[in-house]
Amino acid sequence: MSLLERVPETRRGRWLVLTAAAVVGLALYELNEHLWDWVLYDGLGLDPSGRATETIHFFLYDTIKITLLLVLIIFAVTFLRSYMSVERTRAMLGGRREGVGNVMAAGLGVVTPFCSCSAVPAFIGFVAAGVPIGVTLSFLIASPMVNEIAIGMLLTLFGVKITALYVSTGVLIAIVAGWILGRMGVEKWVEPFVFETKLRGKAIDPAEGLTFDDRVAMGVEEVGTILRKIWSYLLVGIGLGAVIHGWVPTEFFTTYAGPGSTFGVLVAVGIGIPLYSNAAGIMPLVQALYERGLPMGTLLAFMMAVVALSLPEMILLRRVLKPQLLAAYVAVVATGIVAVGYLFNAVLAT
Amino acid sequence: MIIKVLGSGCTNCQNLEKATREALAQLGLHATVEHVTDPADIASYGVMRTPGLVVDEEVVLSGRVPTASSVRELLAARIG
Repeated sequence: MSLLERVPETRRGRWLVLTAAAVVGLALYELNEHLWDWVLYDGLGLDPSGRATETIHFFLYDTIKITLLLVLIIFAVTFLRSYMSVERTRAMLGGRREGVGNVMAAGLGVVTPFCSCSAVPAFIGFVAAGVPIGVTLSFLIASPMVNEIAIGMLLTLFGVKITALYVSTGVLIAIVAGWILGRMGVEKWVEPFVFETKLRGKAIDPAEGLTFDDRVAMGVEEVGTILRKIWSYLLVGIGLGAVIHGWVPTEFFTTYAGPGSTFGVLVAVGIGIPLYSNAAGIMPLVQALYERGLPMGTLLAFMMAVVALSLPEMILLRRVLKPQLLAAYVAVVATGIVAVGYLFNAVLAT
Repeated sequence: MIIKVLGSGCTNCQNLEKATREALAQLGLHATVEHVTDPADIASYGVMRTPGLVVDEEVVLSGRVPTASSVRELLAARIG
């Protein structure tokens, strides 16, 4: 049963439920820390400075905090994005030349509602509509890397400066990587059937004909869908974060992977590429590692590598891209991410 | 009536199929419900965000999972 079918059908009933949910969420967010202090220290009599207690406290506190943040972010972004659609983006990109096209594609990749599970039909749809391969790739790189969850979480946990750096460099990587791949003349490395696909009939635009209530309903529905999809990644991420928070000594990472470390970023990106998680799952880990002295550039590079390049997406894209192009795709994007990591470390250290 | 659910077998597509079958049952309609999983086929319908719903070769919905009641409205509108 979908989340939406659990709430009353009437307009008034729905708004009542939404308002109540907002009030309860806000109260829980405010009381979160005190609540667990009270339960763990006063209720169960655990020692606040004990490592196990710290780990448990971090886990419970972060689970509530991040879930609440996610609910708000997913709802707001889905509502706003319901005014955009992949169809509109494609119409805007059709017939664009490379260069301008790459810039537009990367920007649109950020705001278009898109799930990389649809990467293959979108790739074919773009190419069939005459969007150049490199421009299409700019879109496909930007979309998962600079996504709404990443932006929302970075903004709330690390502030405007870090978020702005992340978004601007993420978009820059998508522009440059797509442009380079386009320049390489990669058409021969695209599976031939892509070019033979003919579009029959006209595409319908999902963003059209929606009422305000429809868009609110879509937001509610998306919160349920996404949380159901990512809760396991989220708990693993928070769990790892909690263990690091409680057990890893503060100086550990500063010694081995501090800002001056030569290979820190390379190692982080190397670990991040095959890992499959999402921005929500990775954020608690990033936060805990940051507290333990890992430099922000290394962490953002790690995060970009995890969300932008993943094994499942590569397997999907293999349906339309030949291994040579897939390898070039990973290599170009990974190089961009490594460069950004070192740049961040240099900029933020000063 | 031939209904096709477009999608690579993700949870969303299964939910859409479930909603569609529910809607059909509520309307008392008989229809063949097929699954289209081939990405080239999906793209050829012009759908770029799965899941999509095709009724008698015409795309009626794409990019989101509707409730059973909104699928019912869509189908009811089709049979007029």
